[in-house]
Amino acid sequence: MESKKHYLIVTNNPLVVECLPKDYALDYEEISYREVLVKVRDLVYSGHRMYTHPLSGSVKPNETPYKSIVVSREPKAMDLSEAEIISNSIQTYDKFVPCSRVFTPQVYKDFQLIDYTLLCGALDVDAVAGLSNRKI
Amino acid sequence: MKLELGYIQINDIQFSKECKVENGTLYVDPDAVKAFMYEDDDVKDWVKSFKFDIAKPGENVRITPVKDVIEPRVKVEGPGGVFPGVISKVDTVGSGKTHVLRGMAVVTAGKIVGFQEGIIDMTGPGAAYTPFSKLNNFVVVAEPKEGYENHKHEYEHAVRIAGLRAATFIGELGRAVAPDETAEFETLGIREGLEKYPNLPRVAYVHMLQSQGLLHDTYVYGVDAKRSLTTIINPTETMDGAILSGNCVSACDKNTTYHHQNNPVVAELFAAHGKTLNYVCNIITNENVYLADKQRSSDWTAKLCRLLDLDGAIVSQEGFGNPDTDLIMNTKKIEQQGVKTTIITDEYAGQDGKSQSLADADPLADAVVTGGNANEVIVLPKMDKVIGMLDYVDVIAGGHAGSLREDGSIEAEIQIITGATNEMGFNCMSAR
Repeated sequence: MESKKHYLIVTNNPLVVECLPKDYALDYEEISYREVLVKVRDLVYSGHRMYTHPLSGSVKPNETPYKSIVVSREPKAMDLSEAEIISNSIQTYDKFVPCSRVFTPQVYKDFQLIDYTLLCGALDVDAVAGLSNRKI
Repeated sequence: MKLELGYIQINDIQFSKECKVENGTLYVDPDAVKAFMYEDDDVKDWVKSFKFDIAKPGENVRITPVKDVIEPRVKVEGPGGVFPGVISKVDTVGSGKTHVLRGMAVVTAGKIVGFQEGIIDMTGPGAAYTPFSKLNNFVVVAEPKEGYENHKHEYEHAVRIAGLRAATFIGELGRAVAPDETAEFETLGIREGLEKYPNLPRVAYVHMLQSQGLLHDTYVYGVDAKRSLTTIINPTETMDGAILSGNCVSACDKNTTYHHQNNPVVAELFAAHGKTLNYVCNIITNENVYLADKQRSSDWTAKLCRLLDLDGAIVSQEGFGNPDTDLIMNTKKIEQQGVKTTIITDEYAGQDGKSQSLADADPLADAVVTGGNANEVIVLPKMDKVIGMLDYVDVIAGGHAGSLREDGSIEAEIQIITGATNEMGFNCMSAR
């Protein structure tokens, strides 16, 4: 596993901003799940390594609006297998029927929680500790 | 390692003050089950209340949202106890004798997150898609304590333990009952197997375990599978509950604890053992989010296949998207070791079935068994009775805005149904 100083977390999940330890570098924007995938694809094409799977979680991409993906902070050399994974992920995203649902605020919070937890699992960060430190 | 399973057929469940199994009927006192569940401190801390119900095959009943399905079993001879490392001590299981209450299950239901859990219909078109509509179900609906919204990890754990405790309590009622039928399952040592079946192909089962995070976890002897390297397990260990589901996302293709206890790949390989093949062992591996973990685990799987001198491997996955990459990495690397593979998966091929089915693919993965297309659309008619709550239907997997119609019927993809496209092949859609 790489050291955290090498990581850049591309995310649209506000819970990640709130709860992840502050020494992780974040690229947070209020964009769609698909836009996160495209942003990561462009980073991978420009030589950033991709460290986590873009389709983490069984919550389908047309359900949850939140996605966090870990890439390298600095570009290195493009990894072909990672380029293939992110491209396939965008194709997979596009085959799901677009979701026009508006959820209750609690459901959005649950989607954020799942994405945050999957990210913590990948980074070996204590998700529960991060949650208990936040201001409620 | 040899295990004898004694099957006690359960044809009916009745609430009763006296708890016993008699003439194929389970008599059970919900208050006694409740008291046993609340002996656990985490259950006490996080679960406000339990409601109990019984759902029988053919009844006009819908159970939702389903968390886990568990078959009650009890160890009557030999080391260890059921659900080792979680309910019983961590002793190695899989040998001796275990009694099985067959024909029934404990089903846990109730809200944990505001989406994503499954439906079991006991009759109608939906019932045809879930194996659990054929069972007598003892349903436990859990209600969280106030403030659980900020403690979902703790609450999920509490409900998982509560279900296992309910199954343990009920399984214990079968301890002194004479089984209707028994069967023996034995895995030989490597040399023994080679000597006994020198001319049969050596086949193992590569069992991929969901291991991504909250609501996406699997436990092996109590260990979170994401924290384990790929390893070997005796098939009979799984029959005593060594592998437990902490996964309640994507109802159609999650493996419940019942699936692990009754793994159909294990059953079929045992049935063929000594006849057409030599069933060597199970290899369990994880489906982590971190890409380097995937590489390490799949390298390890291929290494073990080679070390065991296998001729063939059956590979089953669990879940969608991320695990597709593990599936393909495992398959490709195992094939590159000269070991033939067949994979079991399901498909997200779009509602018209015309899209690419998996998020990953490789020419070496050329033998595939599918559990069906999870995007297939179904209409589930209104049921007279709902055990659990229906307000989640609009937001669970495969549902969409307006899924829950005014007349109580539901239009959704079959991924809404528990076990519909199970990737062990434990499902009802079949060409057989």
